[in-house]
Amino acid sequence: MNEAAPQGGEPAAPRRTGARDPQLSSWFESTARQRLAGLLDGGSFSEILGPEQRELSPHLRQFGLPPAFDDGMIVGRGRLAGRTVLVAAQEGRFLGGAVGEVHGAKLVGLLRAVRSMAADARALLILFDTGGVRLQEANAGEVAIAEIMHAMLQARAAGATILGLIGGRAGCFGGGGLIAACCSGLIVSEQGRIGVTGPEVIESNQGVEEFDAADRALVWRTVGGKHRRLIGGADAFAEDHAESFRSAAIALLERPCRFDLEVTVAEHARLRERLARLGDADDAWAIWARLGVADPTRVPDMPAPEFLELVARLQDERRDAR
Amino acid sequence: METLSFRHTAAHALAGARAHALVGVVGSGNLEALFERVLDGNACVVEVVTAVAGYGAVWSEVIADFVQRYSPGGLRICIHDGGARPDTVALRLAQGVSLMADDHE
Repeated sequence: MNEAAPQGGEPAAPRRTGARDPQLSSWFESTARQRLAGLLDGGSFSEILGPEQRELSPHLRQFGLPPAFDDGMIVGRGRLAGRTVLVAAQEGRFLGGAVGEVHGAKLVGLLRAVRSMAADARALLILFDTGGVRLQEANAGEVAIAEIMHAMLQARAAGATILGLIGGRAGCFGGGGLIAACCSGLIVSEQGRIGVTGPEVIESNQGVEEFDAADRALVWRTVGGKHRRLIGGADAFAEDHAESFRSAAIALLERPCRFDLEVTVAEHARLRERLARLGDADDAWAIWARLGVADPTRVPDMPAPEFLELVARLQDERRDAR
Repeated sequence: METLSFRHTAAHALAGARAHALVGVVGSGNLEALFERVLDGNACVVEVVTAVAGYGAVWSEVIADFVQRYSPGGLRICIHDGGARPDTVALRLAQGVSLMADDHE
């Protein structure tokens, strides 16, 4: 172990290779557009409502904030290993990827459009990078989250596969966490964080004894990608580059994906059982130990290949999360 | 927030076939710039919406220098600025011109 590495393990530093190849540069450090370029088949992305269409937020100017030409949400279509997919990518650097009126409406429109694809080929990928609803347009943002979830469930009922990819710098929180929970499957990297209430909000509401948001190792082992993968909150683990997200997405798209009453009832039973078994654990380490991890404190420092072997060994602990 | 507009006549029209290009992101210390080949001849217009008011003179200098260096005739450039430093602005403008000068659409 590197002497300089923080004790207890923050996630490995994002790759800073400076590589020109969009498939190999760090997903965490990339912009939403760079992620799309690395994820999809080369040159296959075509944008819907691109920046030159100027669908700007009607609200931000009132707060003295410059808008973004794409409102932090890039939507379009492309190909993944030859298969046509719809894609939506949030730009985490613009207002923390927060969901406003236009941002949300673009995703709702895309989710409705997936139902007009051929019945056996309905696929949509959401590249999450968001802290949740945009405070400057809170009501419109909250409504957008509800509309997105409604459109997602309609699309899934129509047979669509909706995959969420999480590994951006803003993580996936607030309404973003709710949307992620409505996906058919999630792919997460070690740097990816998934939750509803973020660490800082928990600390300010419940006190530092409940949750110390400054303790980065605690934050990552509670909401980070490895924990989500181990407890069945995410379906695949990717390394911090587009090539790894890409191969995980191709594999998950091949998996049959049902969405009906039987699946939902089974999922609720699984969550109830998980809560009964793990609900009194006071730290992720205790949860990992109960899941059968021999040395839980090693998990944060574990290199990806070793972590993937561990996940494979614990296979029956992570039955299909949805 | 402040809105600024600069109009220049470049030495010549910018070569290339691309109709538009976007560079950068509106974030702290960063900016996005949308380049569009929509003006006649050698005209170049730069419109700036910036979160930080009071730096019109600096913007004017940076953009005049950019027009002189790259001769971006025919381009309308719209900037949303999150408080980028002048060197970052100059780099983004150069990055956009290099994309627009591409022969591929």
